[in-house]
Amino acid sequence: MDSKEIISNSLWKQNSGLVQLLGMCPTLAVTSSVVNGLSLGLLTAIVMAFSNASVSPIRKLVPTEIRIPVFILIIAALVTIIDLGMHAYFHALHAVLGIFIPLIVTNCIVLARVEAFAAKNPIAPSALDGFMMGFGLALVLSVLGGMRELIGKGTLLSGIDLALGPAAKHWVITVIPDYHGFLLAILPPGAFIGLALLIAGKNWLDNRQASNDLQGTPKPALAAGH
Amino acid sequence: MSEDQLNQDKASEDKPVSIWSHAFSTAGVMIGFCIVGTVLLAYTHLKTSDLIASSEKQAKLALLSQVLPPALHDNNLLQDTFKVPAGGELGNSDETFAYRGRLGGKPSAVIFEAIAPDGYSGDIKLLIAIKADGEIAGVRVLAHKETPGLGDYIDIAHSDWIKKNFDGQSLIKTKDELWKVKKDGGSFDYMAGATITPRAVVKVVHKALQYYAQHQQQIFAAGSGLKEK
Repeated sequence: MDSKEIISNSLWKQNSGLVQLLGMCPTLAVTSSVVNGLSLGLLTAIVMAFSNASVSPIRKLVPTEIRIPVFILIIAALVTIIDLGMHAYFHALHAVLGIFIPLIVTNCIVLARVEAFAAKNPIAPSALDGFMMGFGLALVLSVLGGMRELIGKGTLLSGIDLALGPAAKHWVITVIPDYHGFLLAILPPGAFIGLALLIAGKNWLDNRQASNDLQGTPKPALAAGH
Repeated sequence: MSEDQLNQDKASEDKPVSIWSHAFSTAGVMIGFCIVGTVLLAYTHLKTSDLIASSEKQAKLALLSQVLPPALHDNNLLQDTFKVPAGGELGNSDETFAYRGRLGGKPSAVIFEAIAPDGYSGDIKLLIAIKADGEIAGVRVLAHKETPGLGDYIDIAHSDWIKKNFDGQSLIKTKDELWKVKKDGGSFDYMAGATITPRAVVKVVHKALQYYAQHQQQIFAAGSGLKEK
């Protein structure tokens, strides 16, 4: 599998948030704003790159019967190391994202990519697959977070000062001034409705593309016939 | 059944020992990974624990200085603590810490960690700083699960409600029966749509003031009544 295919698979065809529908727990719980969604998504991408990269070289050492416990052990150890490292060196960032990091262990997309890809492929493509799958998830989480934040609060990027320091406070975009808020979008049902809309949107795009292809191909044949 | 599987079955019938050796080698691999994982985690923990402890201390001090201005004390708050026993006066079901502020050796203020158990969704954790004369120096919400956009105005990140309503309050300024939100006939503001949340906060701050009034002597007298750390 070449890297182009891995990337297009991860970002669109097999997108973990919209197609594989794995890792719904963070997808639905964390996406109340762009900053939350993007932060957790990027952290997941980093963990997935590392977990795929560390499982791939040892894939032939692990007997099939115990591969799942070994993989979980590796993922949990990695996440804990990242958690401790962030807590020690990036305390402010950890204060914001700290609660999400242990959630990554429970995200089945991490284990799914380790099992489906890294256990069968060499190290470089595995790391790329892990990162890109995570990045695809991060994109979905940011868009979903953006939809919910915009409809729910009328802003975008609120809370960015918590992640990047007080200097970033003026990055917050108030799209609709004096907006009274639409609570449903921020609450859990908003996550379900938003995700459903995104999935429907992706399917619509795919279907349109497919029907365009169908209409497109016979045309030259017709033209040639006349 | 494929030929491979047949052969495998035959092999395992012929040599039952191989099952055992397979089991042991599998267990060995598992143990090996556990050991490597444990060593890595132990090493990371050793490397980071001091840094984490010191940055947590910094964060805690920064938090305490939000409720008690540095001008009101000259001691190290983290070293002058006592435990408030569990038992509900401050809403705490476990022992919590309280911090004593002193200015030139004299008691100047006390900071309680309190819990309002009757928020709209779950516990609201607060820091309440009370000056030695019984006036509130500051109140902050540490953690809450109130509805975003409705009940979360108790958080200083969302509005200055908590500052406006509690800074400078005392039992003398506001009589016991007025420690309620305006809707209930008291003197504290609330925002339409969320009365349960401020009701809980007002109640716990009131309780903390009463607790302080009752235990003032014990709190500052080292080694009496309340346990020393």
